[in-house]
Amino acid sequence: MNGGLPGSVGAVDPTLLVIVVIVTALAFDFTNGFHDTANAMATSIATGALRPKVAVVLSAGLNLVGAFLSVEVAKTISGGIVDETRISPAVIFGGLIGAIVWNLVTWYAGLPSSSSHALFGGLIGATWVASGTSAVHFGKIVEKVLVPAVASPVIAGVIAATATWLTYRLTRRAQPKAATRGFRLGQVASASLVSLAHGTNDAQKTMGVITLALISSGSLGAGADPPVWVILSAGLAIALGTYFGGWRITHTLGRGLTKLEAPQGFAAQTSAATVILASSHLGFALSTTHVCSGGILGAGLGGPVREVRWSVAGRMAVAWLLTLPLAGGVGALAGVTADSGTLGVIAVALAGLVIGGGIYLASRRRPVGPRAVVDELEVPAEPTPVRAVA
Amino acid sequence: MHVNWSGLAIVFGVSMGAVLAMVALFSLGIGGMSMRMTAREREASTRPGTVTATIGFAACAAVVAFGVWVIIRG
Repeated sequence: MNGGLPGSVGAVDPTLLVIVVIVTALAFDFTNGFHDTANAMATSIATGALRPKVAVVLSAGLNLVGAFLSVEVAKTISGGIVDETRISPAVIFGGLIGAIVWNLVTWYAGLPSSSSHALFGGLIGATWVASGTSAVHFGKIVEKVLVPAVASPVIAGVIAATATWLTYRLTRRAQPKAATRGFRLGQVASASLVSLAHGTNDAQKTMGVITLALISSGSLGAGADPPVWVILSAGLAIALGTYFGGWRITHTLGRGLTKLEAPQGFAAQTSAATVILASSHLGFALSTTHVCSGGILGAGLGGPVREVRWSVAGRMAVAWLLTLPLAGGVGALAGVTADSGTLGVIAVALAGLVIGGGIYLASRRRPVGPRAVVDELEVPAEPTPVRAVA
Repeated sequence: MHVNWSGLAIVFGVSMGAVLAMVALFSLGIGGMSMRMTAREREASTRPGTVTATIGFAACAAVVAFGVWVIIRG
């Protein structure tokens, strides 16, 4: 944790700004939750391993547990991409708005994109306009965003394809009933690990943002740990978001990209869980969303049918490329407006509410619910009753 | 600009090894379940299947427990 923020808040009332940043950070945490439900649960829902409601409750619960698991404080909210000693609360606010808007746009389009990259993009844009290019570390952008964005799906895809091939090869003589039931259970276990890791990693980002804002206002001493209410509210916000479901993205990952059988779901989810854990503990952080998407793609390619909708994969890749510049653009605009004074902060907050509300209303015109993900599962391929496993 | 390519290669290698080991162990467990079913149909002893399934799934559970420990350790 750095030792506080420079007081470049202009005429903005510091208390108001801190409250606004906390509320916005929790709102971002909520979008992070429903945006990433699909990462952990799309394959389990799609293969019938879990009923949708059970899946989101399990995932949300594990998100909340995950938020409390790690004692390591979110020391850095940007991973060194921007100079954090030059971030003001107005910049954090602008960055969060950029990230939220991009998360909502991609959710509306049903595209899985990285919430972390959206937050990085928003912070980069807001810092760039507020403190100049020297406050943005471009080398770090390549290392922390661009390389992981390309490497994550490739690594997870190759591993999942190999794992899928091996899975089918090793279990071809097994009784189909035993295989389907076993793989569904295994899939639930690896999906649970992904949810747990997600709660630990992503809820901590929000805790870091809130703690930084509290330190900057003097409510907390420099280098303080997040208070319990911060941990609890960040954990609850992400869990609530996960429970909300994000069915548009779950539909894309569970059914849109490829059609998965239980062994493929098992291979995809186990590969994703392993790559996520290995990457965050062996020194090369990969993006969870990209890993999970790549795992599903690889499982589709390694399976018996090899049916992948490349148009969907292409749209996803475009969304990944646009995440940084577009979240950055919105973040820059929001940051520079919020920096101008109290009126600016209120204007950005109102604009954020209007955009968010507009996207929500637009989504109600063509709602996508859990049924969209499970419709085709009404007649299961195997006689195994889904409920016995769920 | 510094990209930790060797870190990336290690992540790939370790993940690939761990995933394939998990798949092999889990398939062993499923083979055991399948043996049990077949044995029951033939009214033979289900013990070999039970033992195989237990070994396979217990090894997987140990790997998952290690994963949880890695998350908690931070």
